[in-house]
Amino acid sequence: MALKRQLREKLRHRGGIVYCAIIYGVLFLPIAVIVANSFNATDTKPYMSWKGFTFDWYARLFSDKSLLSSFGNTMVLAIATTIIATVMGTIVAVGMYRYMFRGKGIIDGLLYIPVVIPEIVMGISLLVLFTSIHLPQGMPSLVIAHVTFCLPFVIFNVRARLDGYDQSLEEASMDLGANKLKTFFGVTLPMLAPGIAGGALLSFTLSIDDVVVSFFVNGQTMTFPLKVMQSIKSGVAPDVNALSTLILIATILLVVLTQSKMVPNLVSKLRNRRSRALRSQDCAGTLSVNLKEES
Amino acid sequence: MKLGSHEFRSNTLPAAITVIPAVAWLALFVAIPLVYILVMSFCSIDEYYNVTLQLTLGNYENLLNPSYVQIYVQSLVIAALSTIICLVLGYPFAYLISRTFKEHKIILYMLVIIPFWTNSLIRIYGWRTFLGASGFLNTALMSLHVVNEPVDFLFNQGATILGMTYDLFPFMVLPLYTAIEKLDESQIEASSDLGARGLATLFKVVVPQTVSGIFSGCIMVFIPSLGAFYISDILGGGNSDVIGNLIQRQFQSGNNWPLGAALSIILIAITLLLVKVYQRSGGDMESLGV
Amino acid sequence: MSAEPIVQIRDINKFYGDNHVVRDLNLDVLEGEFLTILGSSGSGKTTTLRMVGGFEQPTSGEILLGGENVADREPYERDVNTVFQSYALFPHMTIFDNVAYGLKMRRVPKDDIVKRVTDILALVQLTAFEGRRPSQLSGGQMQRVAIARALVNHPKVLLLDEPLGALDLKLRKQMQLELKRLQRKLNITFLYVTHDQEEALTMSDRIGIMHDGVLEQVGVPKDIYEEPANRFVATFIGETNLFDGVVNAVGGDIARLTIESGTVLGRCSGLKVGEMASVSVRPERMRFSTMPVDGFSIEGIAREQVYVGSVLKSMVELPNGQEVRLERLASDPLPADGPVYLYWDPLDARVVQSPDQAVYSALQTATFI
Repeated sequence: MALKRQLREKLRHRGGIVYCAIIYGVLFLPIAVIVANSFNATDTKPYMSWKGFTFDWYARLFSDKSLLSSFGNTMVLAIATTIIATVMGTIVAVGMYRYMFRGKGIIDGLLYIPVVIPEIVMGISLLVLFTSIHLPQGMPSLVIAHVTFCLPFVIFNVRARLDGYDQSLEEASMDLGANKLKTFFGVTLPMLAPGIAGGALLSFTLSIDDVVVSFFVNGQTMTFPLKVMQSIKSGVAPDVNALSTLILIATILLVVLTQSKMVPNLVSKLRNRRSRALRSQDCAGTLSVNLKEES
Repeated sequence: MKLGSHEFRSNTLPAAITVIPAVAWLALFVAIPLVYILVMSFCSIDEYYNVTLQLTLGNYENLLNPSYVQIYVQSLVIAALSTIICLVLGYPFAYLISRTFKEHKIILYMLVIIPFWTNSLIRIYGWRTFLGASGFLNTALMSLHVVNEPVDFLFNQGATILGMTYDLFPFMVLPLYTAIEKLDESQIEASSDLGARGLATLFKVVVPQTVSGIFSGCIMVFIPSLGAFYISDILGGGNSDVIGNLIQRQFQSGNNWPLGAALSIILIAITLLLVKVYQRSGGDMESLGV
Repeated sequence: MSAEPIVQIRDINKFYGDNHVVRDLNLDVLEGEFLTILGSSGSGKTTTLRMVGGFEQPTSGEILLGGENVADREPYERDVNTVFQSYALFPHMTIFDNVAYGLKMRRVPKDDIVKRVTDILALVQLTAFEGRRPSQLSGGQMQRVAIARALVNHPKVLLLDEPLGALDLKLRKQMQLELKRLQRKLNITFLYVTHDQEEALTMSDRIGIMHDGVLEQVGVPKDIYEEPANRFVATFIGETNLFDGVVNAVGGDIARLTIESGTVLGRCSGLKVGEMASVSVRPERMRFSTMPVDGFSIEGIAREQVYVGSVLKSMVELPNGQEVRLERLASDPLPADGPVYLYWDPLDARVVQSPDQAVYSALQTATFI
């Protein structure tokens, strides 16, 4: 009799698996299409029907100058954006946490605007500003725009980390003789690292993928998403698919690497070598340690 | 003002140095542009399409043009349908990965995010490739003799809704996931203990306690879908314009920036309204910054 | 309280993977009684309770409620209600709606609901809090709402999962008496789970001791204390002194054991000559003399003595290192640094089984009479 209920629960479980599988299937469907099409040996627009398997597009990718340069632009843009937004965002997040002053509410409000407002409004408002102050449209305007919508996300991430922060760690550091600056770099910053990293990652992602805002402020500079948009109007050549597939693989590899134990293990191995070396130096001149044996 | 344990009152340099750069940035590149837009919405254009400071309400009057109104309605309908579909599909999904399959929830969570590391345009284009007249689905259907001619999946409202729903699905799932995860299992057991079957427990105990997640998700889907013009361009082909398309056109081919500005103001107004409603019903702003 | 069982747990086994958390459990809960399952964490007591409530399913065995096997049924299909350790009140509902929830689920007419909820809130003295939310209540008040919410449905059995754990000491003692009073008044069967032995001894009509998935003994508090069935129960409840040895003679219900230092006597039942056993003597039953005592051969030196209010606690160290504890009403302390001979009235000591190979080997090398 205990079987009946177990059976019911099993069915529920199976049903749940099927449902999730369908959803995941739909989520990955266009990706599968893109990857598949990157191997499509079709030569005629609109490049949609399957004509055989080939690596041609991957090869042609490396001679498609405009596509590659747009990708390069996107990378440069994303890196610049991330650095600026992360540094600025971290500093202001810490400052807001640390100091008391009026107007915190206003700053908060300003921060939420880029998050909630439709991207198109951001895009055109920046366009209007840039034209009226005659700012050159291109990389400069792109960087400014990207930093503007990435900044709040960095700040939120760092703030989230600050919320659970234990003040007494800083106090202990100062009690032991480190001044404020040293404490900041030696204690505070490492503690905040996950939040900063999260914000930076988010910032990078948002910048790489941005379409709408970039659309309005890019001038003549092509970013990868904009280049794709342009190609779509004329029927996307599968070398765009090839590049996207490569980017996807690279991202997955990156995530797997950071999530898996490989990197932390490597880092701790290096640390162990260093500390063992130091310890053996302390040992009053007795042994000489052969570091090669440590690995 | 009462100081938090971690706050120092300070009018001195450190406070200013840390805070001023970002504040200045935000003021200059967020606040001021919006003021510009507001002002511009009252401007007019001369015969060379230059913006003049001749203030007028003409743009706003223009907005009441019936063809525009039709687009507003269409826009709201598309946004609403996308939101509802995301919610209906996303809620059980979020529930399943955060509770039923919680041993694997990290992987499952990541699997939702991974597709979004591919450029969103590319993925939308993937749908176009799949659904197009000579695309994979039609080719398959015809070779299986299910249909004799290609079916018009694209270039209609339905395709746009599909695209919006697809693109914004994670923005619904993530807040829902966060809210559902926080729920205490003993609540569900207590409800069952007191006589409630599965669905009753769901609607009387689980949903009411995840309402903030629901609102958060809805806002994060509804608002962007009003402005995502590239989705309706690529999949809807001009047959399902949203407000975003209208605005974009004014700044490109239409060359009527003041009109575009006025449209944007309307969009901002809708956004603010929804956010206010969200806040009134107890939503906290932090959870929007997912 | 009738002698009829209302819950019958039959040959229940529960496995979590390879983990055998409940083993061959057989237990009858009598109608109208307050039965507590007492054990430390990991003993399987909470799992057992949850199986009766329907939140876990037994791997094998039956659970009979009023004669019917309910092992297969969902919680909402059983006529029992649970008071959860975390109270599990619905934060988005008022106290009234929380308590009325079960009645609404069973479609009780609205007027009846109002009456029953009002009555039970009066019973737990929370009438004034009807319209409030759980977040506005203190721990003790939430506790009472949880109890009210369960009881208002008139379940056949009320299951309580360590409900008083989160309360401070004074409140906890107060609630223990409250619960007992409530149970007596409503005459509902309570199945209670706790790790706190004082709590169990205070409230229960009967106690079941669980250890490592096994139900070691079930009985009224007095019997559990005075007549522990085995070594575990003897040490788990209260304090005791244990002397391990081998039975070398049995006469009636008195047995003589050979222990490391000689022989002792104690009361036993069902043990045979040659069996390994332990004698359990509670500190308050331990006696001493400055002269050797017939039939006993335990000699030691008094080490520590502490006055605790009206009681004198003494510790005597035996040559093999064992520490024996005595507890007497304040009187003359034991002579310090002189030999002390320990003995007891055999009827005050209980001999329990002791499957302990280590002891056996030790005995092999010891000299004894």
